[in-house]
Amino acid sequence: MADLPADVADVAVVGGGPAGVAAACAAAEAGRNVLLLDEAPKPGGQIWRHRTGPPQPAREWLARLTASGAKVVSQASVFDAPDPRTLCAEHEGGVLRVRCEKLILATGARERFLPFPGWTLPNVLGVGGAQALLKAGADFSGRRVVVAGSGPLLLPVAASLAGAGARVALVAEQAPLSRLFPFVARLAGSPGKLAEALGYRFGFLRSPYRTGVWVRSAAGQERVEEVELTDGNRTWREACDVLCCAYGLVPNLELAALLGCAVRSGAVVEGESQETTVAGVYSAGELGGIGGVDLALATGTIAGLAAAGRAAPPPLVRQRERGRRLAQRLAATFSLRPELRSLPSAETIVCRCEDVSFGALDPGWSPRQAKLATRLGMGPCQGRVCGAACEFLFGWPADTVRPPVKPTAIANLIATSEAHG
Amino acid sequence: MTERIEVRIDGRTVEVEAGISVSAALWNAGVGRGPLCAMGICFECRVTIDGVRHRRACTTTVAPGLEIATGG
Repeated sequence: MADLPADVADVAVVGGGPAGVAAACAAAEAGRNVLLLDEAPKPGGQIWRHRTGPPQPAREWLARLTASGAKVVSQASVFDAPDPRTLCAEHEGGVLRVRCEKLILATGARERFLPFPGWTLPNVLGVGGAQALLKAGADFSGRRVVVAGSGPLLLPVAASLAGAGARVALVAEQAPLSRLFPFVARLAGSPGKLAEALGYRFGFLRSPYRTGVWVRSAAGQERVEEVELTDGNRTWREACDVLCCAYGLVPNLELAALLGCAVRSGAVVEGESQETTVAGVYSAGELGGIGGVDLALATGTIAGLAAAGRAAPPPLVRQRERGRRLAQRLAATFSLRPELRSLPSAETIVCRCEDVSFGALDPGWSPRQAKLATRLGMGPCQGRVCGAACEFLFGWPADTVRPPVKPTAIANLIATSEAHG
Repeated sequence: MTERIEVRIDGRTVEVEAGISVSAALWNAGVGRGPLCAMGICFECRVTIDGVRHRRACTTTVAPGLEIATGG
């Protein structure tokens, strides 16, 4: 590994979403040499994804990132971290090695997919996934779309799709009205947030938003053609060209786990200054618990300041506290109903990479046993899709993590293998 | 107003908007089965780009003359 060229920085940030951007800005503006590694072609993560021009407030933050002097390396996929001061990333087909004094993890979140009959049909994709695809230039005009699953994300995505000319037939939230109503009522205390939510709802006003409704199955020949929905009593079908279905977000914990950072209840254990249990490693954004952009900006800034040896100003700490409370309310409001565990049939694929069906899995197994018996989780997604599903279906915790945490060419593993002796 | 460029999808020349992702280009051309996560996690969007296999279409931007192969 000594032969590989290395980028050296005071502070390395992994992830270019709001948290990573805020962290990089804070550390760079405090005078540190900052390197930000991001997988996507442009920084912004998911919520600030753009092609031609970022939306506000992204525009200001991204301009601030450029002005801060932080070095941004896009299309860099971190696949190993042999120690808390060293990162190995795949970049332009080869290896980029980074050496740093402080490391800030801001690897964000992914969607939780739950298996149901027909979920592997073409044109069944995620909710955030549909938004990402739309923002990346996909044409949804004229497509009949059902948006389903759970979480506040259903609203802006339905609005975006409708705005792009899709016919949104239905938005189906599995959480019951009895839980959603108090959540929305409490939003009245944050007029800005309430206005935001109402704005989204007006974006797809001609489409119904149903609560306590979920997808039972999808059917079609070459692609999805209709969806079977239920409210627990009545079951009906809705014709569609596209089904967007995902059940909330889960943090991308793999790199944090690889480094040995303590994780509790599916989130990285963070201290007052966003420090993890590993010295010199900080965590920001969704890693600390799904909480959205305002919380990500607060935790990212606090982490960046801390990595630069600065204390967080009290208003920022208060912003974080507010964000944490909102995150707790989100988790409670949109918690998943048990009926979703009964959706898959024996033939329903659970591990899409390795074609492992629900019927092949023994709920009494550990994740390790399941992997050894069926290859569940051994495909290219490395259990990111089926792992979150099995955690919900069977209560299986995530298995231990080993490098590479992202697939990469063997040549890159060989080039970095000396680090492991 | 938006710049348009040419890429090749499975040997066929297709005109696409500059700056879109390969996933979006495939979706608009009606080719392939479409992504699942569309954000670089699930690896279902893998295609061969300019001869390099296992490239994620969703995290790759189109470029003039890009050779995209969806099979294999």
